[in-house]
Amino acid sequence: MNAAVALLQAKFPDEIVEVTEFRGDTTVTLKPERLVDICRLLKDDPETSFHYLSMIAGMDYSPQSPRFGVVYNLYSHKNHDRLTLKVFLTDDRTPVVDSVTSVWSTATWHEREAYDLLGIRFKGHPDLRRILMPPDWVGHPLRKDYPLKGK
Amino acid sequence: MTSIATMPRTETMMLNLGPQHPSTHGVLRVLLELDGELIVRADPDIGYLHRGIEKLCEYRTYHKCMPLMNRLDYLAGEANNFGFCLAVEKLLGIEVPKRAQYIRVMLAELTRIASHLFWLGTHGHDLGAMTPLFYAFREREKIMDLCEMVSGGRLFPLYFRIGGLAADLPAGFLPAVWDFVKTFDEKWQDYDTLLTENEIWKERTVGVGVMTAEEALDWGWSGPMARGSGVDWDLRRDNPYSSYEEFEFEVPLGTKAGDTYSRYLVRMAEMLQSNRIVRQVLENLPDGPVKVDDPRVSLPPKERVYTDIASLINHFLIIQEGIRPPQGEVYQAIEAPKGELGFYMVSDGSPTPFRLKIRGPSFVVLSALDKLSRGRLLSDIIALIGTMDIVLADVDR
Repeated sequence: MNAAVALLQAKFPDEIVEVTEFRGDTTVTLKPERLVDICRLLKDDPETSFHYLSMIAGMDYSPQSPRFGVVYNLYSHKNHDRLTLKVFLTDDRTPVVDSVTSVWSTATWHEREAYDLLGIRFKGHPDLRRILMPPDWVGHPLRKDYPLKGK
Repeated sequence: MTSIATMPRTETMMLNLGPQHPSTHGVLRVLLELDGELIVRADPDIGYLHRGIEKLCEYRTYHKCMPLMNRLDYLAGEANNFGFCLAVEKLLGIEVPKRAQYIRVMLAELTRIASHLFWLGTHGHDLGAMTPLFYAFREREKIMDLCEMVSGGRLFPLYFRIGGLAADLPAGFLPAVWDFVKTFDEKWQDYDTLLTENEIWKERTVGVGVMTAEEALDWGWSGPMARGSGVDWDLRRDNPYSSYEEFEFEVPLGTKAGDTYSRYLVRMAEMLQSNRIVRQVLENLPDGPVKVDDPRVSLPPKERVYTDIASLINHFLIIQEGIRPPQGEVYQAIEAPKGELGFYMVSDGSPTPFRLKIRGPSFVVLSALDKLSRGRLLSDIIALIGTMDIVLADVDR
């Protein structure tokens, strides 16, 4: 796993906010601006070769600010290891982050889900609309200020 | 020469497949754009079974989340709890006793056989082969009986607990599993004879829904779906959990062509491998406790609760307040029957998860339906939905 972290530290030293280890999981917290470049590097570099995106999880860390975050879990079939990337989105009112659909096609639905349930917008997404909730639904159910039993 | 102006005007047609349709395996609506019988675009409309499980979990203690997990992929109920328990145990930093690990593996593999049998029966049925369903359900029923024996629940055994199992195996359970294991390989021949070399079956599946290995990974495919494309990857072998490294099994890859037939061969062969693992569990099942010895996690034995005040308080605290994993974020994935089932779990140190993201294999696989079906015939989409082996409860959560 250190190979991926070392690669990021060499190529994008200014983008890394924090590297943490917990129970064997490595998480790299990044600044959101160059996320797509970083993902592309992690995928294309022959050493890391993260060709597989396991999932994208939208996060609402309310009441903390920045409130919204997005978590990416990558898997490398070459090394059989995982890497978690995390970005915090600066705007608490209209959270926006660049879409990684150009790197991994599977991101399409994961990003739609994060948009639907948490209201996080993905810039450059080809088809950003609700996926689990009906199209005319108001609000984003997984936000912490959304009541459990609806409004 | 016919000029453009005199040519008959053609336009595409929209067609609703579902939400109520026997071949959509639940409540799935696919909005199809057709040019004659050819599919121009397929847009799956999901969410009919969205129950907000991730949201509900944020208001429940970890143990109370488990009945909800059973209802993700309800054809493999205990596999979901397997992943969930492992994720909480990873947060807690505990490992369950060897006997519990082995029993979990046994249940997980029986569940895999049951899930694959259900897929085989319905997939065949969708494509006009009715007979395999009757044979497949014959054996699936035996696995349901085993689940019932162990806990009382058939689809939803709810037998696993955070830190181990609810109780040790009941008397008579192991001989019943032996009966199943010894006969299954022979029964498997019945399905194999019906379909594998069947000309009609091959016509409907060979070359249908082709995905290359690279595309499969790009679309996040895992499990049998990726293996059918020749991706030699199985989390049980490559990132072993719950003592899977102690079992011998092969990872079948079908014809590696990435078509529906190859995925059929993969799942067929996997059933035999699962049976092989169950046999190894039976042969090597260690003695010992089935719960981790940790008062933060495991309930004390009932007789101590009635006789000893400290145990009574401990019991009360775990039931009333729940367990409190330390602050942290973990991702735990298992090889569920349908592919990678992952749990991204965030704990803030309280007795309820701060956030639980469930990465269901069905959701990810279904997202590639449009790519697979473009340019194919309308009837092929039935084969495609069948080969994906989706459960809509797992898609919608």
